Amino acid sequence: MAEAQGGRSLVVDAVTHRYPSGALAVENINLDVKGGEIIALLGPSGCGKTTLLRIIAGFIAQTQGRIIIGDDIVDSLPPNKRAVGIVFQNYALFPHLSISENVAYGLAARGIDKATRQREAQRLLELVQLPGMAERLPRQLSGGQQQRVALARALAIKPSVLLLDEPFAALDKNLRLDMQIEVKRLQRVSGITTLIVTHDQEEALSMADRVAVLSHGKLEQFGSPSDVYDRPQTLFVNTFVGSTNRMPGVVVSADRTAAKVRLDAGAEIIARPAGGALSEGGRVTVCIRPEHLQFVGDETGFAGVVGMSLPLGATVVHEVTTADGSGVKVSQARIGETRALENGAAVRLAPLAPSLANAFPATL
Amino acid sequence: MGAAPAPRDVTSYGMGLAAPLALFFLVFFVAPLLQLLWLSLHNDTAGLHWGLGQYLHFLTDPFSLGVLGSTLLLGAEVTAVCLVLGFPIAWLYQRVGPKLQTVIILIVLLPLLTSVVVRTFAWIVILGRQGIINATLQSLGIIDTPLKLLYTQFGVVIALAQVQMPLMTLPLITALGRIDPNLDDASCSLGAGSWRTFFRIVLPLSLPGVIAGCTLTYAAAITAFITQSLIGGGQMLFMPMYLYQQASTLQNWPFAAAISIIFLLAVLAVVSVFTTLGRLSRGYGGA
Ligand SMILES: Nc1ncnc2c1ncn2[C@@H]1O[C@H](COP(=O)(O)OP(=O)(O)OP(=O)(O)O)[C@@H](O)[C@H]1O
Ligand SMILES: [Mg+2]
Repeated sequence: MAEAQGGRSLVVDAVTHRYPSGALAVENINLDVKGGEIIALLGPSGCGKTTLLRIIAGFIAQTQGRIIIGDDIVDSLPPNKRAVGIVFQNYALFPHLSISENVAYGLAARGIDKATRQREAQRLLELVQLPGMAERLPRQLSGGQQQRVALARALAIKPSVLLLDEPFAALDKNLRLDMQIEVKRLQRVSGITTLIVTHDQEEALSMADRVAVLSHGKLEQFGSPSDVYDRPQTLFVNTFVGSTNRMPGVVVSADRTAAKVRLDAGAEIIARPAGGALSEGGRVTVCIRPEHLQFVGDETGFAGVVGMSLPLGATVVHEVTTADGSGVKVSQARIGETRALENGAAVRLAPLAPSLANAFPATL
Repeated sequence: MGAAPAPRDVTSYGMGLAAPLALFFLVFFVAPLLQLLWLSLHNDTAGLHWGLGQYLHFLTDPFSLGVLGSTLLLGAEVTAVCLVLGFPIAWLYQRVGPKLQTVIILIVLLPLLTSVVVRTFAWIVILGRQGIINATLQSLGIIDTPLKLLYTQFGVVIALAQVQMPLMTLPLITALGRIDPNLDDASCSLGAGSWRTFFRIVLPLSLPGVIAGCTLTYAAAITAFITQSLIGGGQMLFMPMYLYQQASTLQNWPFAAAISIIFLLAVLAVVSVFTTLGRLSRGYGGA
């Protein structure tokens, strides 16, 4: 147990879980995580993130599927034999034990002698930049400091996989950024395969090597942050990650790589069939991000009337009402003297490039 | 949790609001206690001579000291039995579904819903020579002659433990319920087995409940006049009965008063040992 086990792979193989109450919390989830990778599980509240985490840790026995860590199928192992480190959202530090006792708890459970334990606890507290707090009780620490202790405690057992359940949700914005950087640094240093549960998409995109987007217990997409952001595979992913304009339309013609769509807003554009093949004449929803729309001078795009303009520092966001009465947002980088748009000005809009407009079959 | 509006500081309310309760205590608790003290400081039943004679008598009389000792021991035994039997019940309560929780609470509270006298007579029926236990053991051929269960220390401890069980179980259920269930999981994920988790995490964190339960059970067990007398019978004498005999039968009021004061001090000493133990184990949990 003494040598580092960092960098073991984790496979979630067709895992389904139904709670005894009948709730289907996760459904046929497949994840293939390489050793040393940092993965974010992203999804709205109630989509099954915590359930999946607890299955990997061994607190819940899944109804179907397998969990494989390294070369071992761990399904029959209890949580205390899985060598999976967890950081809980509320940290779950032992309130009656000192900080160093908390950090050394897992080592004591492994029968490691006291001197080694203390040395190791000291080393870990230095690693998370909390030296000199060893003798305090958890309640004498701030939230961010408690979080560092929880991290040190989980790292102490040299876990093969590190799981973090909404680790930054309770921290204020500045501290959150500090801790995100800190966790990423520690993960780099230790090389431990890490899974972070979050419903904050910025956190997922900035911290993870790959992001798994969940919705209603199903895996919507598993890919790199840029895949998830730029090449979403489902309408859910496109709308949940980042902000987007949803524009209804009808397919005029389509092949595998491009579709010509007649928008209800009144223009024909070329879009990328993102969720699989599209059939001619079928209704679709085209998603275009505000920063992927541009004002055009010619007659190509669709027409609209400028409503409100919000200067948000580096960008300006304009609200434009289209011919079919729906509103779209356009975000413009503020380069030098950006031409101010008058309220009520008639404009024309078009996507920057066909690959930046994603067409999904409309679900009614 | 921190977002909840802070309740008004208790110290900012007028002390006058506590006056009715304070008055009640003064009239019905402090005054009789002082009268008792005054009474115990007389050397004769007529109340003519002042002195510490009654206390001297008690503290030099092996019989009286024996009664005090066996009463305190009885309390300790009942408390131990309640703790050992009550902890698993409370532990179980936190780990079963809501339906079973209702059942457990009902079973725990049942002794409180029947009269002490009825419960005690039920125990006489169970423990007697021809009682349920002896009859069953005999019919199974395990014993030839009936066991003596009634009128023994064992019988008194068992009957009292059943009667006082809620006083132990309820504080334990509360204390265990306050422990964050994630702590169990955290301990487990760090490699600790169930026993280590229990002794290093659950037990220390439930200590406030253990101490509250022990204090209540102990105080109730040593003063349980009816159960002690009916199950213990004539051969076993405990402080409440001893006191009653001196006051009511022998009309020796000063000695009875001295017994009361000594009993009170002895109980206070034991209770303060409990609370000191609690404070030594660091003041967490309740906070
Ligand atoms: N112990 C349980 N018994 C029955 N159903 C449960 C239980 N725990 C969770 N669920 C249900 O399973 C689904 C997934 O819950 P889970 O806690 O995994 O969601 P989550 O993604 O972690 O949500 P959040 O972001 O709010 O923490 C939910 O619909 C929830 O109601
Ligand atoms: Mg959750």
